[in-house]
Amino acid sequence: MTTSEVTVPAAKVKRRRAMGAGRQLHAGPVTYVVLTVFALASLAPLVWTAIAASRTAHRLDQTPPPLWFGGNLFKNLQSAWDQAGLGTAMFNSLIVAGTITVSTVLFSTLAGFAFAKLRFRFSGLLLLLTIGTMMIPPQLAVVPLYLWMSDLGWSNQLQTVILPSLVTAFGTFFMRQYLVQALPSELIEAARVDGASSLRVVWHVVFPAARPAMAVLGLLTFVFAWNDFLWPIIALNQQNPTVQVALNSLGTGYVPDQAVIMAGALLGTLPLLIAFLLFGKQIVGGIMQGAIKG
Amino acid sequence: MTSPDEALAHSASSADAAPGTPPGAARGAHGRGAPAGADSWRSRLYRWDMKASPYVFVAPFFVLFGAFTLVPLLYTAWYSLHNVQLSALDHQTWAGLDNYQHLLSSDFFWNALENTFTIGLISTVPQLMAAVWLAHLLNYRLRGSTVWRVVMLTPYATSVAAATLVFTLLYSWDGGMVNWVLHFFGAGPVNWRESDWGSQFAVSSIVIWRWTGYNALIYLAAMQAIPTDLYESAAIDGANRWQQFRHVTIPQLRPTILFTVVVSTIGATQLFGEPLLFGGVSGSKGGSEHQYQTLGLYMYDQGWIIGNLGKASAIAWSMFLILLLVAAVNLLLTRRLRKSQ
Repeated sequence: MTTSEVTVPAAKVKRRRAMGAGRQLHAGPVTYVVLTVFALASLAPLVWTAIAASRTAHRLDQTPPPLWFGGNLFKNLQSAWDQAGLGTAMFNSLIVAGTITVSTVLFSTLAGFAFAKLRFRFSGLLLLLTIGTMMIPPQLAVVPLYLWMSDLGWSNQLQTVILPSLVTAFGTFFMRQYLVQALPSELIEAARVDGASSLRVVWHVVFPAARPAMAVLGLLTFVFAWNDFLWPIIALNQQNPTVQVALNSLGTGYVPDQAVIMAGALLGTLPLLIAFLLFGKQIVGGIMQGAIKG
Repeated sequence: MTSPDEALAHSASSADAAPGTPPGAARGAHGRGAPAGADSWRSRLYRWDMKASPYVFVAPFFVLFGAFTLVPLLYTAWYSLHNVQLSALDHQTWAGLDNYQHLLSSDFFWNALENTFTIGLISTVPQLMAAVWLAHLLNYRLRGSTVWRVVMLTPYATSVAAATLVFTLLYSWDGGMVNWVLHFFGAGPVNWRESDWGSQFAVSSIVIWRWTGYNALIYLAAMQAIPTDLYESAAIDGANRWQQFRHVTIPQLRPTILFTVVVSTIGATQLFGEPLLFGGVSGSKGGSEHQYQTLGLYMYDQGWIIGNLGKASAIAWSMFLILLLVAAVNLLLTRRLRKSQ
């Protein structure tokens, strides 16, 4: 056997494996029909939110429900914006989610790099601890956090929401898994030979190698932080809300105008939907690659 | 700098560098043409940097995580043994196991536990089954495969608050889309807000809508890692597509399925936002008859509506203990399953 005879089929097998099992089978019409049903189920509630937001509360009470757009969209958006204070809320959410994202990505990359490539005492144990704590529900921390933040006089202030979410065990583990494979140890050693300090190694070798995973972790963290509900609703009042807290106040108003509520729901989701349109592919890839987190 | 010091530092550094550190490190420290004094200072700094940097890199994570997750976890246990009222935070008295005793003798606690279990079951099981099916379909060679995936994941980008507000309106008694469609098919209207199973189904459907696509992607990732040979040999043995799915795909997916079951169980135990918002004004009560009050909701109601933070802490720890129990049962079941094969 010559080498070429061996390598060609091997490459073929490899390519087929990369394509994945079953993927050589083309989808039949039934598959497309079923997928379309799933897709409609995914999108219909969102589309209908926009339809309902363009109507009046009176029309929404009638049967049959509206199936197409009316002319009230901008009026309702304006009312929702004013009633729920969505301007403040969006700004607050942007600060909260932005800070949490930057901090989580930065510290996860540093810790993930240490766990992936550096040898130090207790590293195995510490990594195990990190993974184990991914299962702790947030409910277990809220009472003490609430009491401490009250003691500090930080009730209703944004740092109350930001501080407990600055790092995540998931992020650390996610970066570690990525860097184990994506960062060649030779690259670090080469930098070491040149006498580079750890900070230089991080800046010039680790960050460039980690950039794709950092982007994905950033997107996932931003979605999570923007949508977080339990702690913000305990920590913040309606005077200084995040978007989710503001939406909650819309829903529990005593004169609920359903069309305005739908307009609020639409506005509150819009920033993420736009982000999704732009980065949906990366988010999908990130979830499939990380394949974790609830 | 004096020369004896330099000599000492030098010999120490080379001795140290010999066994443990990679060859590159030693060369980097010594192989420079710099004057001896500067070199030893640099090499000392360098060695310190090598030793300390891993700890510096993991420190922010552990400090922040410890301060805001692990320490509070223990404090919650401490507060659960105290009488802590929202109206008088400075006045905390020892209560022993009183909070837990109250819980065990409270109908609302058992009701919330039962609701959490029921809603968890009817949201998790159909969701994961649909997700496997969806992943199987997405695994075919498709036109515009990325578009399909992104579309299936859109509900994940929708917040609990927005999604629940929409579904609440879809499920409203009169004029609601769901009842209208039911009427269309000749079925009577369901009171999704007040009826027991109706409201629990409605809350579950919000969870299912938001998370099915997400779980499908996780399954899809696992499916793509299954070697093609397995399917080829199954095909040679005469297995049709369904048999291949049943006897190749599902067994290969087992670890992933177990993983999603665990994650979904944890999520179901914490269920909070959906029932809270579905209830509107009386959200924390979980409906007029507490028909969809979950443990997460019960904790919020006791702690921040009624104002008994000690009891809320006890509920939080009960949730944790239940989770551990569920995890243990899960582990036991999988061991059993593995052995029986």
